[in-house]
Amino acid sequence: MEAYLEKPQPPAIATSRKTGKWKKIKQQKILYLMILPAFLCTLVFAYGPMFGLYMAFTNYSPGGGSFFESFFRSEFVGTQWFRYFFDNGDFYKIMRNTLAQSLLSLLIGFPAPILLALLINEVSGGLFKRFVQTVSYLPHFISWVIAANIIVTLLSSQGAINELLMALHLIDKPIQFLQNGHAFWGIIAVSNTWKDMGFNAIIYLAAIAGINPELYEAARVDGASRWRQMWNITLPSLKPTIVILSILAVGNVLNAGFDQQYLLQNTTVLEYSDVIDTYTYRYGLQNGMFSYGAAVGLFKSVIAFILVVAVNAWSRKVNQQSLY
Amino acid sequence: MSLVRRSEDRIFMAFVYAFLVFVFLITFYPFWNILVLSLNSADDAVKGGLYLWPRSFSLQSYQEILKDQEILNGIKVTLMRTAIGAPLTVLVISLLAFALSKKDLVGNKLISLFFIFTMYFGGGLIPYYMILKSVHLIDTFAVYIFPNLMNVFFVIIVRSFMQELPAEVEESAKIDGANDFQIYARVVLPICVPVLVTIGLFSAINQWNAWFDSYVFTYKSELKTLQAVLVKILNQYQTQDFTSSSGQLADSAKRMAVSSETIRMAATMVATLPIVLVYPFLQRYFVKGMTLGAVKS
Repeated sequence: MEAYLEKPQPPAIATSRKTGKWKKIKQQKILYLMILPAFLCTLVFAYGPMFGLYMAFTNYSPGGGSFFESFFRSEFVGTQWFRYFFDNGDFYKIMRNTLAQSLLSLLIGFPAPILLALLINEVSGGLFKRFVQTVSYLPHFISWVIAANIIVTLLSSQGAINELLMALHLIDKPIQFLQNGHAFWGIIAVSNTWKDMGFNAIIYLAAIAGINPELYEAARVDGASRWRQMWNITLPSLKPTIVILSILAVGNVLNAGFDQQYLLQNTTVLEYSDVIDTYTYRYGLQNGMFSYGAAVGLFKSVIAFILVVAVNAWSRKVNQQSLY
Repeated sequence: MSLVRRSEDRIFMAFVYAFLVFVFLITFYPFWNILVLSLNSADDAVKGGLYLWPRSFSLQSYQEILKDQEILNGIKVTLMRTAIGAPLTVLVISLLAFALSKKDLVGNKLISLFFIFTMYFGGGLIPYYMILKSVHLIDTFAVYIFPNLMNVFFVIIVRSFMQELPAEVEESAKIDGANDFQIYARVVLPICVPVLVTIGLFSAINQWNAWFDSYVFTYKSELKTLQAVLVKILNQYQTQDFTSSSGQLADSAKRMAVSSETIRMAATMVATLPIVLVYPFLQRYFVKGMTLGAVKS
């Protein structure tokens, strides 16, 4: 009898806790409704493609009917497309181009904003400083279509850069910059740096603004020159920011870009210009090898995800500060 | 104050100014060069050598743009996607950010994770295209709007702005019996105007600059945006420059190529101008947003 009485008690507590939660959820139903539009967009346009990645393991062909019909009807081929990607010569070429363009862009593009921020900081406020800074952001805000139009014009056989080099007698006939495969990596690296140097300097300038001014006063009393102050106070204060951003950059190394390569390349330089994203586009959409394109895309997504997670663990160790 | 130190400083500052002038030149000159070419008469531009100032000033290229149906239609479509897309994005993002700014929202952590995960993993281009196709967005104007309504980075910026608001702001409205939506619409939104204007301008710039969706996901010429038309003009130019410089073109053909070059320059200027007018006003906000994004996102 006693046992019978005691038994129902624990579930009763659980139910009351549950109803409490349900009551709260009911009270918050308007908040959930406010989440709904963003939830639906994300579900369809971000999670939809993730489920669609199944097509990388099939032999997808559009055929008749809707995407989902062809999706489930197509033959399962396992890792065939991945093996095809690794075994044909393209894998080496694509990875080489992606990593080379990425790393070369980092080599020039990573120190450039640091240098710019350090030097902008040396100029005391005024119109000149604000003007230079504002103009230096401009390339970040224009599309790569406009940037490519500008770059192509400057580098054309009659363009300003060829004319400048000729006027300086460094060359005696125009260089075909964009028809030269060997020049392509460098053109991408310089273009990337040109586009984002000013914008990326902002974060360093914000870090510089947080430096204790007393450090500079003490250095001045000790007779340190401005160069010394910059080298021994400003630059070391940027170290945490530099470490975080360089770690972040490693996580991003497979994102060599799409726009700049696609818009600046032509068939004569494809050997050196083609990166993962342009390759996926060309094979997956232009040549209609949907499953192969999806497989190459999945390969990139997975590697990039692993890199970001690893890099986050690393930064937590280095800075005791998580990136997300 | 030793003399040595002062002269050392002077040399250092000379280097600083020289470098900053150099940065100014490499960022500003390319735009200037485009402007000069677009303001020169096409026939004269054939001779080359246009760098600092238009040699024979002419608005002809701009007049021709205004007669070009393709470019005019592109401008119209681009204006429409910007005017419709940006406000809707602000709406969707502010609704979500408001809900996620409530720490007592049941399941807040899980819901946040649902959104944040998409910053780190994606399905890639091909499945994305297939999804667009299956929801019938391919070759419609809506393909410019719906896929761009969400941006996790913007949500993080708006949410942290809302979390910093003092609690008293909402208290009095709650006492008056306002529900969550009324608090959002009447109390929180008006205070958040600065940050909402910022993400609104950012998404307007994104809409204005987008080219890939128009280039790949639409076929009808009346749906092509200005940026997509510019890509087409750019592709034509690149083949021309290649063939004309290798001496395969007759003089008349060369002249046509160059006259289309000044039009290309004018179209590029038209696409650049709105950005130039808007971006200086964003400075104040993106400094904050970027610092926040880099540390917290």
